[in-house]
Amino acid sequence: MSVLWILLLPMMGILLPVIFGKAGRTPTAWLTALMPAAALGVLLQLAPQVFSGEVPVFSVPWVPLLGLNLSLHLDGLAFLFCLLILGIGLLVILYARYYLSDADNMGLFYGYLLFFMSAMVGVVLSSNLIQLWLFWELTSISSFLLISFWWHKTEARKGARMALTVTGAGGLALLGALLLIADVTGSYELREVLAMGDVVRNSEYYPYILALFLLGAFTKSAQFPFQFWLPHAMAAPTPVSAYLHSATMVKAGVFLLARFYPVLAGTEFWFVVVSLTGMATMLVGAYIALFKHDLKGLLAYSTVSHLGLITLLLGLGTDLAAVAAVFHIINHAVFKASLFMAAGIIDHESGTRDMRKLNGLWKYMPWTATLAMVAASSMAGVPLLNGFLSKEMLFTETLHQYTLGALSWWIPLLATAGGAFAVAYSLRFMHDVFFNGEPIDLPKTPHEPPRYMRVPVEVLVVLCLLVGIFPQFMVGDLLNIASASVLQASVPDYSLAVWHGFNFPLLMSALAVAGGLTLYMNRRHLFGFQEQFVDHDAKYVFENLIQQMIAKVTKLHGWIDNGSLQRAMFLMILLALIVSALPLFNLVDAIGTHPQLPINWVVGFCAALMIAATFVTLWWSHLRLVALIALSVVGLIVSIAFTYFSAPDLALTQLSVEVVTILLFLLALFFLPQKSPTIDSPLTIIVRDFSVAALFGSVIGTICYAMLTRPLDSISDFFMENSKPGGGGTNVVNVILVDFRGFDTLGEITVLGIAALGIYKVLAQMLVHMPSADSKGYRWSKEKHPFLLAVVSQSLLPLALLVSAFIFLRGHNMPGGGFIAGLITAIALIQQYVAHGVVWMKERMPINYLGLIASGLFISTLSGLGSWAFGRNFLTTWFDHFHLPLVGEFELASAMVFDFGVYLTVIGATLLILANLGKLTTSERLRDGGN
Amino acid sequence: MEFTFSLCVGVLTSAGIYLMLRAQTFPVILGLTLLSYAVNMFLFASGRLTVNGAAIIGQSEQYADPLPQALVLTAIVIGFAMTAFVLILSLRARSDLGNDQVDGRELPPERTAVEEALADKIEKNKADLNEKHKRNKR
Repeated sequence: MSVLWILLLPMMGILLPVIFGKAGRTPTAWLTALMPAAALGVLLQLAPQVFSGEVPVFSVPWVPLLGLNLSLHLDGLAFLFCLLILGIGLLVILYARYYLSDADNMGLFYGYLLFFMSAMVGVVLSSNLIQLWLFWELTSISSFLLISFWWHKTEARKGARMALTVTGAGGLALLGALLLIADVTGSYELREVLAMGDVVRNSEYYPYILALFLLGAFTKSAQFPFQFWLPHAMAAPTPVSAYLHSATMVKAGVFLLARFYPVLAGTEFWFVVVSLTGMATMLVGAYIALFKHDLKGLLAYSTVSHLGLITLLLGLGTDLAAVAAVFHIINHAVFKASLFMAAGIIDHESGTRDMRKLNGLWKYMPWTATLAMVAASSMAGVPLLNGFLSKEMLFTETLHQYTLGALSWWIPLLATAGGAFAVAYSLRFMHDVFFNGEPIDLPKTPHEPPRYMRVPVEVLVVLCLLVGIFPQFMVGDLLNIASASVLQASVPDYSLAVWHGFNFPLLMSALAVAGGLTLYMNRRHLFGFQEQFVDHDAKYVFENLIQQMIAKVTKLHGWIDNGSLQRAMFLMILLALIVSALPLFNLVDAIGTHPQLPINWVVGFCAALMIAATFVTLWWSHLRLVALIALSVVGLIVSIAFTYFSAPDLALTQLSVEVVTILLFLLALFFLPQKSPTIDSPLTIIVRDFSVAALFGSVIGTICYAMLTRPLDSISDFFMENSKPGGGGTNVVNVILVDFRGFDTLGEITVLGIAALGIYKVLAQMLVHMPSADSKGYRWSKEKHPFLLAVVSQSLLPLALLVSAFIFLRGHNMPGGGFIAGLITAIALIQQYVAHGVVWMKERMPINYLGLIASGLFISTLSGLGSWAFGRNFLTTWFDHFHLPLVGEFELASAMVFDFGVYLTVIGATLLILANLGKLTTSERLRDGGN
Repeated sequence: MEFTFSLCVGVLTSAGIYLMLRAQTFPVILGLTLLSYAVNMFLFASGRLTVNGAAIIGQSEQYADPLPQALVLTAIVIGFAMTAFVLILSLRARSDLGNDQVDGRELPPERTAVEEALADKIEKNKADLNEKHKRNKR
């Protein structure tokens, strides 16, 4: 079986509980467990391979040029993590079945849980850097969804937001680091990167890579000073806390440290930053944990502390410390998950998590109490339990540190102090909750939980004991292969025995236990001491910070965009002006070597007319009708210019678009205010705008001139050569549109359709004011549809349609085509609207224009897809010549079908816009419909 | 010829930009239209200017570059769709906000569409009554 299935199976399972969540609690839980169990089966089936030293891989190239591939590998470290994720995941699924109440949406919860599980499996299996990062972000998102599962609680929402912000920001930093690593090594494949550790460490970017990388890892694993988000994530349901925030997700950070250990570790920088951060986290977490009255709060800070311990071990940089780190990852996951579950049971059955109320529970739930106490002892590092073994290894390693020079003895001392605090808070967990007198007004009378709710805890506690007593037998091989892939080398000799004789680490353990006991005995004084400090709730500090940032950004945004289009536009144009003007300073001379055409008086006259018309538009823009007439003169001369400069297709298009645009403007004028001020802004603004506009115009004119007078190196020769043999048409512009660049055209008519659809929606239910007279107070004429116009336009219609058919048919070889023909047909129809009115047209032409647009797009797409049927690329043209008697020889091309789709879309879009706007002027506007 | 062409593009750009910076919707849309003329002509110019050389195989000695022409052709149609969209948006803005200002100033809104419709109706009735009155007098 392929590695892919380990990832794919949980992913496929995501929707199962969501869809069948109504089936009842137990069936839903079974259904949810199905896919992870299958994935675990696949994993175990691959186990012999992994243990024999092979690394099963799976790789599919996706965009190899960009280094984007789907590639997975199952080495020892990935195997260990998969085992933890899937194994503990299954236990959590069972546990959550009893934890969640009827009021909770269980299917959704399980769906989120499997989403997280898939993302996490993706992180550990990924062997492509970008893919790794993608799954990394998915774990942040799924964690957000799970923390905010009880979204009606404010602390759940705040906690979720904080977790997402911190881990999301870290994720961005990580992306930066990964991109830099890929840049330095030239590869996005993890297995290649791992072999190039020296290249990365010796690169000049190494400090940046490491800083960004550690930011990503530390935020995820809640390392000091980012530890604050984790306790607030405890607002999540307890199964989530047990799974994500102790056993798996927060381990993603240390996983990453372990994964890139061969690439990044071994330098002074790594040692100082990683080990000191780990040490600080361990101490701070352990210290705060002691003072938490909330059961889950205590466990959360102890998790922070243990994550710090693992980070410290990885920071020490020796091979054996790395082995110890891997070992502690396993141990911590096992005992902390069981502790969280036990805490959840206590919360569930007694109604509170406050340790000031919870006392003497031993009498009420002896079995759960025993389990919890064994797990807590493991957390404290009591012999014969798994926690003891990895803590001993830590103590041994701290003794062999010389990097801090003469002050190296700090490290073992501080580690022992951390150990003492761990003992103290573990004692508090055991003694406060299960003994210490009677419970104080609990909401419920505590009792043992349902039988199967305890099973996951039992399984994990038994594992604690087994690993603690028979370490070599239980985890020896697993630890070996996982450590080997962390080190990317053979693992040094070490012994996993319970008893190593009387030695210094054992003394440190004893000291820690004694210290912890002393601390706990004197807790009253300690609590009193701690109460002197003001307790800053990280939630409020964080929210405050966020609010301040939002306020600042809002201020900045308000400065740039104060609701004035004028201002926003001015800033944008200013920026564009600077960007486009700067390169011109480097241009020696505007005039180039390209031969210029001589000017004649016709062109001169037209240019003068156009400039004059432009100024009329500008000057009398407040006299709207005058401005519009001048504008149409400009448009007309633009189309004449296109004709003159050998672009007949453009001229035809421009001409027909011009007609439609002016009609649209005329309609719009009817609805806009009749009067507008001659001077709309203060004089300073007018001068400012005028200067910017003049500067911009001169820059664009200069660029245009510089471009026109320089020789052309065009790719169009290809189109000219292949137009006839490849596309079957002599009008190269049309062949480019429907064949060479047909995909662009398809996109463009889609945009046209979307714009028309948008206009249709904006017009819907619009309340318009219809003036009953023009600006001078003259009433509108009573005769809305002049008889003469009606007669003339009606007799013109067949002629116009004939012309458009002609233009359409000849388009492939002569100027014309779907765009132009469509516009001509649309104009002919609009003329009927103008002459006869909407009601008259609706009776005679009940066409739905939305449908017309859709069918046009459909035909065009279909004609493109048709070429697939013949094994060609999308939109490849087919054409052939036929001979018919009387008609003579003619050509048929599939591009014609495509062009027909263009034709229909253009008609549909134009008429949808104009007819709907026109309808507003009539009583028809109250009725809705697409035609 | 090249100079004249560039001059036209420059003038169109200037006028377009100036009008786009006005405070009412209608001049802004006029400006947008002028600017899209300028942009289309500018893009067209990237194929250089050719006289009597339409890109139709077998028609002449020297052909104009067909690629910018094809691009500008679709740009003209899309430009129309964009202008139409902005135009309709400005109508909607006037209908919903009560004025056609785009300079962000807080203005006392004109009468809303409904109020204006009512006012118009009253005026119309008045005018009709007047006419009737006159007719009756006659």
